[in-house]
Amino acid sequence: MSENFEPKILGILCNWCSYAGADLAGTSRLKYPANIRIVRVMCSGRVEPTLILKAFQEGADGVLVSGCHPGDCHYVDGNIKTLRRTPLISRLLTQIGIEPERFKQVWVSASEGEKFGKIVEQMVEDIKKIGPYQKKTGDALDTVAHEVYQSTKEVAATGEEGGSHCG
Amino acid sequence: MANKLKLAIYWAAACGGCDVAILDTDEKILNIAEAADIVLWPIAMDFKYEDLYKMEPGSIDVCLYNGAVRTSEQEELARALRDRSNVMVAFGACASWGGIPGLANLVTREEIFNTVYKETVTTINEDDIRPATNYQGSHGELHLPKIYDRVWSLDQVVDVDYYVPGCPPTPETIWTAVEAIVTGNLPPKGSVIGGTKSLCDTCEREKTEKKITQFKRPFEIIADPKKCLLEQGLVCCGPVTRDGCGHRCTNNNMPCRGCYGPSEKVNDQGARLLNAIASIMDVKDEKSAAELAATWEDPAGTAYRFGLPKSLIFDYKKGGK
Repeated sequence: MSENFEPKILGILCNWCSYAGADLAGTSRLKYPANIRIVRVMCSGRVEPTLILKAFQEGADGVLVSGCHPGDCHYVDGNIKTLRRTPLISRLLTQIGIEPERFKQVWVSASEGEKFGKIVEQMVEDIKKIGPYQKKTGDALDTVAHEVYQSTKEVAATGEEGGSHCG
Repeated sequence: MANKLKLAIYWAAACGGCDVAILDTDEKILNIAEAADIVLWPIAMDFKYEDLYKMEPGSIDVCLYNGAVRTSEQEELARALRDRSNVMVAFGACASWGGIPGLANLVTREEIFNTVYKETVTTINEDDIRPATNYQGSHGELHLPKIYDRVWSLDQVVDVDYYVPGCPPTPETIWTAVEAIVTGNLPPKGSVIGGTKSLCDTCEREKTEKKITQFKRPFEIIADPKKCLLEQGLVCCGPVTRDGCGHRCTNNNMPCRGCYGPSEKVNDQGARLLNAIASIMDVKDEKSAAELAATWEDPAGTAYRFGLPKSLIFDYKKGGK
């Protein structure tokens, strides 16, 4: 693992609390790692698991989903949907071989800029320990392709030989 | 004779059920035999790969390829058949999305080898012999196919024209596909031969407000044959699965296993099923959500039973060649 690995983290933040919280961290000139790329959504309840998997497919090293604290949702119960999904997503990711450090779901209110910075800091630190996300593309493809190519060439060569002698 | 359709049927990482399903078309198999000349069908007839290699590109009209791609032999045959076939059909769930063999992607190849060649109590393998691609026998060196790190669906390896879903495809689905091919009345490239709606859409079970208070497995309860299975705590893949199977499972009081693959507007069957299930979990706080989620025995295995290699996490084109 390279020493200067900087993880790419996708942050999906709700418009009403967490995005405002992250904004507060910015306007208060708090220092926190620049590894997070933030996407604003209207509610954490619209973050379906597909989006999280898509982030990993595209090469994210981690995904952070953040919404309003339960009870504070702008849409009354949007974040209840989030909290139901979270344990299922965590289990699914662990099962398909994605380390638990790479997915985090938190609650950050509009006044918790400092908390947001700390969460990102912690997540970057955790992901640095486990290293970059390895896309699940299997074998080193070039070597396999070469082996297959060699074996087909052998087959073709023996086939041709037989043919020409017969002819 | 010259106008007869040239048909190749090949099996890769599969159980053979798809081949049996073709025979399962009963007396219609005779119509298939009448319309088509079979040029390759390893399970039923004796053909050599050499004969296939001698064929010209485009000399096979239709290839029904069943099974996922797990070894270099299966990949080589997929490429050889693709080169020689005008229409390549991913036949059955394994070829289309990886199927049951695709669940091997949950673990690594080394873990599988460890289990099979070392850890099972009935295995005695003191020299720790593992599958190799070369073997020095008394009559010379043998070359064996390489087992890949992960399982691939057919369309991640070669270009696929049509998908025939199912584990195995029902005779009706097979017949629809064969009829389309024989009459030349083909749907647009990339079509899945099956329904367009989700299974839930056409399911006749009584649906009220869905709520899951505890996940149950099919052997634990005798389900009410009239009520929605999800409401009874069974994880049914109906909400995200394509219909067209004739509701064989749900009609027999078993939850849908998802073998017809994702329905039209679903791109990741497992993630969408997870989403659907989460939306009906009857919990309101984090602690009880975690407790309830823990009663679902195997989320990845259930949600991706037939489609793990095609899930977003694994969906890459296999390079090479």
